[in-house]
Amino acid sequence: MEKLQDILNSIPYFVQGAALTLFVAFVALLVGLLIGLPLALLRVYGSKLLARAATWYSVVLRGLPSLVVLFIIFYGIPPLLGITLPALLAGCIALGVCSSAYQMELLRGAILSVGPGQMMAARAMGMSHAQAVIHIILPQALRAVIPSWSNEAAVVLKDSSLVYVVGLAELLRRSQQVAARTHQFFIVYLICGVMYFVMTFSVNRGLDRLETVLRLPTPLEEH
Amino acid sequence: MEGIRTFWNMIWPGLGQGLLVTLQVSAVSLALGSLLGLPAALMRVYGPKWMRWIAIVYIEGMRGTPLLVQLFIIFYGLPDVANWVHALGVPLSTARQIFVLERMTAAYLALGLNSGAYQAEYFRGAIQSIHGGQIMAARALGMSRMQSILHIVLPQALRLALPAWSNEVAYMVKYSSVVFIIAVPDLLARAGFIISRHFNPMEMYLTVGAIYLTLVLGFSTLMTRVEKRLEIPGLQMEVERT
Amino acid sequence: MSKHIVTVEDLHKTYGTNQVLKGVSLTVDEREVLVIIGPSGTGKSTLLRCINLLSRPDKGHIWVDGEEITAPHANVNHIRARVGMVFQDFNLFSHLTALQNVTIALTKVKKMSKPQAHELGMFELERVGLVEKADHYPAQLSGGQKQRVAIARALGMEPRVMLFDEPTSALDPELIGEVLEVMKKLAREGMTMLVVTHEMGFAREVSTRMIFMEGGVIAEQGPTKQLFSNPQQQRTREFLGKITELHAEHAGE
Repeated sequence: MEKLQDILNSIPYFVQGAALTLFVAFVALLVGLLIGLPLALLRVYGSKLLARAATWYSVVLRGLPSLVVLFIIFYGIPPLLGITLPALLAGCIALGVCSSAYQMELLRGAILSVGPGQMMAARAMGMSHAQAVIHIILPQALRAVIPSWSNEAAVVLKDSSLVYVVGLAELLRRSQQVAARTHQFFIVYLICGVMYFVMTFSVNRGLDRLETVLRLPTPLEEH
Repeated sequence: MEGIRTFWNMIWPGLGQGLLVTLQVSAVSLALGSLLGLPAALMRVYGPKWMRWIAIVYIEGMRGTPLLVQLFIIFYGLPDVANWVHALGVPLSTARQIFVLERMTAAYLALGLNSGAYQAEYFRGAIQSIHGGQIMAARALGMSRMQSILHIVLPQALRLALPAWSNEVAYMVKYSSVVFIIAVPDLLARAGFIISRHFNPMEMYLTVGAIYLTLVLGFSTLMTRVEKRLEIPGLQMEVERT
Repeated sequence: MSKHIVTVEDLHKTYGTNQVLKGVSLTVDEREVLVIIGPSGTGKSTLLRCINLLSRPDKGHIWVDGEEITAPHANVNHIRARVGMVFQDFNLFSHLTALQNVTIALTKVKKMSKPQAHELGMFELERVGLVEKADHYPAQLSGGQKQRVAIARALGMEPRVMLFDEPTSALDPELIGEVLEVMKKLAREGMTMLVVTHEMGFAREVSTRMIFMEGGVIAEQGPTKQLFSNPQQQRTREFLGKITELHAEHAGE
């Protein structure tokens, strides 16, 4: 059973891959947020034209498979611009752009859930629109969005496995290498799956914790 | 005009065949997903403890791991299982017949199992959103548990799950693209062949992207029509995105 | 001597650490209209739900129409078909029209043919005054109309006894009257009824006997007139006083 020994010895190799997976997912989520939040604000508060543009962005990007976006960014654009894009960058950007469309929808929902009354009260006190958004609406919206954002984080983490196709040495690619070497495909991929599961589970749990910590007290509780 | 003629000759019939395969894979996987998802949801809500556990393991297991990993386990991993089963005494040919899957079958199975887990959650949400009082009323009238699930819960749950299910249709079409990785000749795979001959990645991927977009938007519109048709006044639910 | 339609003997029921019924016994005769009153949480709803086995008692026996429903091998669905129940929250089936709400149990439980069920369904809807709403969905009906459909649905099964669990508590004040009218009509037609309610006007007008429950037991029971004019227990007196004050607008519908 030296095959099994080989596999066990490869665990650190897998973990490094997992670290890269987490990195890619983290950056992609961040990119998604940095694009998605302004778009959500445009969609809710922007002029008809801008809101329309944001909607189109969302519709198009949610209608494209992540793989297609990845290929466009990794194989399609660089030749046109005469540059080479490192796989890591391409992966993060592609996943980030895809996620931004979904995050835009999530955030839009969360902003709308805060209710027009809050904005009215803020403006009535003399706050500018921007101040109201930053100090009143967003703090509440960002709290409200955590559960669905937690879902999106899990999705991005799983989708990060797609960068396999551009050769990035993340968890899945490394699993494939070890599997090919030891010819133990089932076991290795199963371990790979378990590692992904542990990662998504932990991320979800972590975000649940965050939600509890940030939750505003209700009349029935004492803070 | 010349440009369009050459373009068309380049993509047809290759992309057309790829489109067909993509639709095939999406449709079969969706159907398989429903066949697995609805029972799984029912097991999770109404089943005894052991049934609920099986359902939870299936649902959370599939939802917590990437589709690609599941695909690899089924396509590359199952042949290993064939060998193990053979080592236990089963003739090799039988073992291989059961566990070594053709690409398409592996694709259907992986996507179907995956979709089933997500669909199970949509159905569960719909089932649980039905006010428990209606079931009490059904029992009070003398209906058995089975009857109240069949005639009161399911008709409502299926309608309530429709918006989420339309989402699933879109997801399926998009995620079906991963099967090109195990060399199933779908839209993305065909695009790859054309690129290897004509060296025009941007053009092809944009074309393929446009096709996927059309499919997704087309199905969304279709599903909205279906929802309108089946609408019952007062029967609706907050839709949660997965 | 009329036969007892419902006999309850020494009923006990505990939910978690809370003992809701602590030994309740009562009988209901044919054509009786029995009203049960008492503070919230004293087990009134639980009592009703035990009579059609939606709740299983921990201890005690119940007989409905001569059959012991608490026996180990009793056919529960069979029993429930003969006991009608009307809930505080109506619990109409949202995906079915008013008529379909009434007919579904007729076809699925009583195995009637569709035309037969249709006829009986329309008859019951007429009885509660809602024939024009037969093809409407619950969401399109007012609260009072929903409850009347719920009554029609229960009546369709031709029950031996009708249980009403605070039928008007979830209704807006203006809508309570129409439901009480239907219930009074049923009482006049001779239906055996067990009603948990706060509507004292209704109680005074149609009920033959009243039961005051408190703390999981029957504190006092007796003919309605007597309970109102000369309650034996202090608590009964207090409770009746508060309740009549609160619902003064509905007295004398």
